[in-house]
Amino acid sequence: MPLRIGVPREIFPDEKRVATVPEVVEKLVKLGFHVAVETGAGDTANFADESYRAAGAEIVPTAGELWAESDIVFKVRPPTSEEVALMHEGGMLVDFIWPAQNPDLMQQLSAKKATVLAIDALPRQLSRAQKMDALTSMAGISGYRAVIEAANAFGRFFNGQVTAAGKISPAKVFIAGAGVAGLAAIGTAANLGAIVRANDTRAEVADQVVSLGGEFVKVDYEEEGSGGGGYAKVMSEGFQKAQREMYAKQAREVDIIITTALIPGKPAPKLITAEMVQSMKPGSVIVDMAAEQGGNCELTEPGKAVVKHGVTIIGYTDLASRLATQASTLYSNNLLRLTEELCKAKDGTVDVNMEDDAIRGLTVIKDGVITWPAPPPKLPPAAPPKPAAAAMPPKPKAHGEASGPMSLTKTFMLFGGGALIFLLIGFFAPTSFLGHFTVFVLGCFVGYMVVWNVKPALHTPLMSVTNAVSSIIAIGALVQLAPDLTQISTDLSRPNQWIRWLAVFAIGLATINMFGGFAVTQRMLQMFRK
Amino acid sequence: MTSTVISPSLATVAYLAATILFILCLGGLSNQETSRRGNLYGMVGMAIAVLATIFGPRVTPAGYAYILAAMVVGAAIGLYAARIVQMTQMPELVALMHSLVGLAACLVGYANFIDPAVSSQLTPAENAIHEIEMYLGVLIGAVTFSGSLIAFGKLSAKISGKPVLIPARHLINLIGLLVVIYFGWRFVAVHDFASQMTAMVVMTVIALLFGVHMVMAIGGADMPVVVSMLNSYSGWAAAATGFMLNNDLLIVVGALVGSSGAILSYIMCTAMNRNFLSVIAGGFGTDSGASAAKGGGVQPAGEVIPISAPETAEMLKVAKDVIIVPGYGMAVAQAQHTVFEITKALRERGVTVRFGIHPVAGRMPGHMNVLLAEAKVPYDIVYEMDELNDDFPKVDVAMVIGANDIVNPAAQEDPTSPIAGMPVLEVWKAKHSVVMKRSMASGYAGVDNPLFYKDNNRMLFGDAKKMLDELLVRLKAA
Repeated sequence: MPLRIGVPREIFPDEKRVATVPEVVEKLVKLGFHVAVETGAGDTANFADESYRAAGAEIVPTAGELWAESDIVFKVRPPTSEEVALMHEGGMLVDFIWPAQNPDLMQQLSAKKATVLAIDALPRQLSRAQKMDALTSMAGISGYRAVIEAANAFGRFFNGQVTAAGKISPAKVFIAGAGVAGLAAIGTAANLGAIVRANDTRAEVADQVVSLGGEFVKVDYEEEGSGGGGYAKVMSEGFQKAQREMYAKQAREVDIIITTALIPGKPAPKLITAEMVQSMKPGSVIVDMAAEQGGNCELTEPGKAVVKHGVTIIGYTDLASRLATQASTLYSNNLLRLTEELCKAKDGTVDVNMEDDAIRGLTVIKDGVITWPAPPPKLPPAAPPKPAAAAMPPKPKAHGEASGPMSLTKTFMLFGGGALIFLLIGFFAPTSFLGHFTVFVLGCFVGYMVVWNVKPALHTPLMSVTNAVSSIIAIGALVQLAPDLTQISTDLSRPNQWIRWLAVFAIGLATINMFGGFAVTQRMLQMFRK
Repeated sequence: MTSTVISPSLATVAYLAATILFILCLGGLSNQETSRRGNLYGMVGMAIAVLATIFGPRVTPAGYAYILAAMVVGAAIGLYAARIVQMTQMPELVALMHSLVGLAACLVGYANFIDPAVSSQLTPAENAIHEIEMYLGVLIGAVTFSGSLIAFGKLSAKISGKPVLIPARHLINLIGLLVVIYFGWRFVAVHDFASQMTAMVVMTVIALLFGVHMVMAIGGADMPVVVSMLNSYSGWAAAATGFMLNNDLLIVVGALVGSSGAILSYIMCTAMNRNFLSVIAGGFGTDSGASAAKGGGVQPAGEVIPISAPETAEMLKVAKDVIIVPGYGMAVAQAQHTVFEITKALRERGVTVRFGIHPVAGRMPGHMNVLLAEAKVPYDIVYEMDELNDDFPKVDVAMVIGANDIVNPAAQEDPTSPIAGMPVLEVWKAKHSVVMKRSMASGYAGVDNPLFYKDNNRMLFGDAKKMLDELLVRLKAA
């Protein structure tokens, strides 16, 4: 029997997102589900009830009805206890839960015999899971929005300009933490024309920073900061000192700081001290994206934008919600991908397959039993770090590029072998042969030198022209056809007829090549044009 | 009866001039601007060489009629073939022409062998060398002839492209080689005509069989190596004939062609990261390769995301930088003209379009370049793999048309993969890639392609020509 998916209106203050957009409703219906949406659920994200109805959803007037009648509920924010109370026994919930921070909620849901899929508990390291990764899509939006908020509060252009009235230098933006949000911020700020610098304790992200147009600022201290699962870990004291110095220096230089540093299960690290804020130029802006976890800046007030020491410090905790249409669309797409995984049969029913690593990770409560935290997923046979790179042979040389010197023994053997062959030939071969041999060897060398210069694009014409040229073998036949026999002693019985016809045939064959080869080469070469 | 027009010294000088012109001819191919002049040099060189021979001291007027007849017939056939050949059929034509050179070398060798006038004035040592030269000339010619014929058959799909592997094939080849060496020794040691003839004929038959066997064992995608190898052989056959006839022009030209083909084979092998011997030994992915493909490789994670032609059109419309990677599939579907139309439409929209050519894309070296040139794609937007591989991270859409192994990330990521270490076009580093493909079948190497499972990759299933036509309509529509 097809199940019913319910989408309630988000009741969290200032939450503008909605868990499912009309476009996704249509696809859920195609998967065989019934979809019910609470009236006004999409209003704040600019999706009217009408468009939901058009997409095939049923509009339900109250939250109570919706919760009671839905087998599966899609939500954004973790449910309040009132909402949990509305849920029917044994129902299913797909939502952000944050099980570590919300043990009470977990208990309540468990008491409801619910099955809960926490979208934030997704094993993000599975590449298969990336399409469902709502944390990533939300972080990307937040990163973008953070830059927009900063630009809004900042009194100057981001990009440098040379105007008739004088030169404007570009804004300098420093981004702490190059995770998904940080990278989105780097890309956005760089696109606005700012000079972007970024730092992360994980040195491996440097390439990504550079690829988005940022500059990676290193901390002058050796330590690897990757803490597994794509998150950073807490660093040593020595590192932190070096890091503080680097931040202090950046604070004096840049106009905008965006901080995104989070460590899972811990309060956000305090990267920007009050003194650093003081040292910033007046009019500077700090956007603290870690405000919800206490903030990366000492002066951040979560949820608010405040001005301290002439610096605007933005601590909004709802950056993604501030881009509600976009965020809702991406989030509901993530949920759709998850639903597709749950409903492989496309018959409107779900199968919470605990054997599946991705589903297992997501499922924090199964039929009332708390199954969180999940065991680490069975990753595909862990490839040792970059084995491929190590095993790779050196990059092939560009054509015509001089190859590196050979090893000494190899060179020696090569020359030794060559010398031996030459010695043998010189010892046994008659002089008439040696003349030809000289010509042959030199011919090979000239061919080698000339052909390496041929462009790879012209390799086909090269082949057809060498083919035409090799019809020079016709000359061999020509000289056999009708030689001047007067100088040769006539007592030899020469099978003239045989030789003549063999030669004629050979000339014919070679001529096909001669004319055909040159003609087709000409035809090809004429096609090459700029 | 010295009624020749050209004196011996003049003939020698003419040969020298021809040699220089041939070298300039190959040198001219170093870039597109000078290539046509290079071809002209080749023609002039050939004309000088042929005329100097015909009117030189070694041909008496008695032969003129025969020569004229043979050349008129040959020229007619050659010019006709050159005019009607489709650019997609170039590999076949080239292979067929190689076989002609091989056959001509055989015939010249036999004619030389049955001509007693040649050896009558030689010292015993010279005679021995001459006999070896003859023997080798016919041997190489015969291998080239039969090998090229089979290659022609495979390339024109008259023979199945699959490698045909008979059991104990290496042993058979080895025995053949020993027999050839034995008869070679007999040929030099014995001096009665009948047994020499026997030796010659036995060797020719073995050489012909060896040529057939060798090329039969090689699969379709290794053809670039085979074609360039046969190119090389046809050169060596000419050189051997030159030795046999004491003709320096033939020797030089043979050496030029031979080394050119050898270099091409080498380039092709490097581009596939394979050893020349293993290609010639044949049967890629048949013995050790297959087990590695099944057991060793890590199964690609993720899933295949299909895309429709209209969606692809949308993707291309918003892109700024596009790289198209064509493969043999484009040639098979004859889609190069549509590809050019798409390129034109995109360029009119201000999209940067470039082509990335893998050295072994297609069935002979440079095959894709010729096809694109035929479709009027300007050659300055057609790049070699090394020239644009570093640019992929900046590219919005990489479109792969009918190629598989040459864009397989497993070559870099999976050391156990049979194609590990093969240089590939790094399309997966582009922001998006679209792979146009008939089905999910794996490529020639029989290796699954993890590219298809990447997040940023989309699969456009269907016949390349049909899909591209649809794409073009969509692109032009808006």
